[in-house]
Amino acid sequence: MNFGLTEEHRMAQKMVRDFSQKEVAPIIQEYDRKQEMAPFILPRMGELGILGICIPEKYGGQGMDYISLGLACEELEAVDTTLRVVMSVHTGLCSMTIWQWGTEEQKQKFLVPLARGEKVGAGAFTEPGAGSDFSNIQATAKRDGDDYILNGEKMWISLASKADFALVTVRTQKNAAKPSGGLTAFIVDLTTPGVTRGDIHGKLGVRAGSTGWINFQDARVPAANRIGEEGEGFKVTMSAFDNGRYTVAAGATGLIRAALEASTDYANERKAFGRPIGQHQLIQSKIAHMTLNYEAAQLLYLKAGWLKNQGVRNTKETSAAKWFATEKSFEAANEAIQIHGAYGFSDEYNVERYLRNARGAVIYEGSNEIQQLIQASYALGERKDKALRMEMPAYEESV
Amino acid sequence: MNIVVCVKQVPDSAAQLTVEGGNISWGEAPLVINPWDEYAVEAALQKAGDLGGNVTVISMGKADETEALKHSLAMGCNEAVLISDPALAGSDNVAAARVLAAAIAKVDDVGLVFFGKQAIDSDTGTLPAQVARVLGWPTLTLVSAIDELSADGIKVERAIEEGRQVVKSRLPAVVSVIKDYGEPRYPSFMGIRKAARATIPVWALGELGIEAPAPVVAWPEVMAPQQREIATELITGGSPAEIAATLADKIMAEKVL
Repeated sequence: MNFGLTEEHRMAQKMVRDFSQKEVAPIIQEYDRKQEMAPFILPRMGELGILGICIPEKYGGQGMDYISLGLACEELEAVDTTLRVVMSVHTGLCSMTIWQWGTEEQKQKFLVPLARGEKVGAGAFTEPGAGSDFSNIQATAKRDGDDYILNGEKMWISLASKADFALVTVRTQKNAAKPSGGLTAFIVDLTTPGVTRGDIHGKLGVRAGSTGWINFQDARVPAANRIGEEGEGFKVTMSAFDNGRYTVAAGATGLIRAALEASTDYANERKAFGRPIGQHQLIQSKIAHMTLNYEAAQLLYLKAGWLKNQGVRNTKETSAAKWFATEKSFEAANEAIQIHGAYGFSDEYNVERYLRNARGAVIYEGSNEIQQLIQASYALGERKDKALRMEMPAYEESV
Repeated sequence: MNIVVCVKQVPDSAAQLTVEGGNISWGEAPLVINPWDEYAVEAALQKAGDLGGNVTVISMGKADETEALKHSLAMGCNEAVLISDPALAGSDNVAAARVLAAAIAKVDDVGLVFFGKQAIDSDTGTLPAQVARVLGWPTLTLVSAIDELSADGIKVERAIEEGRQVVKSRLPAVVSVIKDYGEPRYPSFMGIRKAARATIPVWALGELGIEAPAPVVAWPEVMAPQQREIATELITGGSPAEIAATLADKIMAEKVL
């Protein structure tokens, strides 16, 4: 067993850290206040290859492994959750799902420009009336010759207004034996007539990011854009979550680290009762918990990444990593505010932004209640991984 | 014509330096490429096309000190060479200049040698001129821009205290660059993959055909500078003019002016 990162991992980690610390950290508070996404972020992440980090070279990506993807997400969210959300939806939900489930033609048409950062992708699954209860989504697609006609609305979709393509799961069969069996996934060009979209404002966190809605009204999508077979949409979507959740877990680990670093810096500098507050045991207790949780969260996501590299299903491990890291990132940000006292309550320091950003991840990409159900169902023997028609490929160095 | 860029591996700028028993320690801090040298690598990569040759990056250090070289390879340099020999331990700048010059002479058809303006550990800033002196080549230090470059020569802008100075030179030449040259690129992921797998050749003194140069600088004692107590006082209240007057009084009272 080897717990060390390779030289390649460390160099990739440093590269993403340098980008996010040098180019985004200085401006992120301004955009968070304005509730706008900094316009340079998507093109710059594409240009640097971050958006296609783990996609094989032959599909326009950088050919790094899944652990590198996790390390990149940790570095990005250590600066701001917005950056990691881009990876979750563009890379985790959209690109990696096309890589897993797409035909060669679909990979050439959609995955290559996504991996190169020439196009932006999103994942559109949640609806105004269905999130955790995903198998009961209401948006529909009806076959019409060589096309499908899509109708319905998707809500809380990251990059809805910025993306070129979205992986969209809708209902194609109303009376399937199991509701989840009536779903089908499509890759949709968001400039298609009948597709409208917009941003949602007034969010608690991820304010420098783009979250919105997408409406489909008789939107005609070629059957050639169907990802997987008709009725496989639920499985396709759950595969997407296995990758999206991985990025969320790794990113939340970065948020714990950011809260910890802000707390130790402040605790060494701020004095109370004649000495730095870091010398008071109750402050030390908070910092000790953050340190422990950072280490544990990192181990959980790295194990999931290692399994992905081997081509082993990792739904259970990824779910656990997401549950733990997001819960502990919220806790770490909250304690970081406590350590900062009244200063932590203002946006003079970053920790209040960390808290607002951490809150969403406890809900999205499968709420933490859903993650608990997943863990319990594995433990109780109610759930077992079944082989998929299309498995996520193991990491191959030369591909 | 080819380009050589010389880089140094230094402790991270955030490292806490301590002195124990006359030895300087940076604890567990990582070793990184000297930040100034990243500008030199950037300049070399930008100008490689003008001379139609390769970029070779050279560093001098212990046998396992390849971090700076690999970083440079990941940025896009074609070749990397580590100069390492136990006999070079404790070399000063004069010795380093002789060793680097011997290494540069081993690279085919070199037209330009780039350095960063100085290293953040020793901070002398003299090595580019010293290497140029050993090679017998012109040296252009503190370069902020390269206006013209061809096999016939180079025209650069130097940042000097009085302003900017435009200088022309024949090639080969040694150039040290400053921050104004332009922000260094990040290593690419493809470059990282290549660099991580690269086996870097090590040249010992025997391969350079020289003896270990005798240092001319001795370090009889190394000590940490004495820490000074700094008192901070915040002047509050009143109008800006009153605050300024209070500040002026305090400056006069402390005999700063």
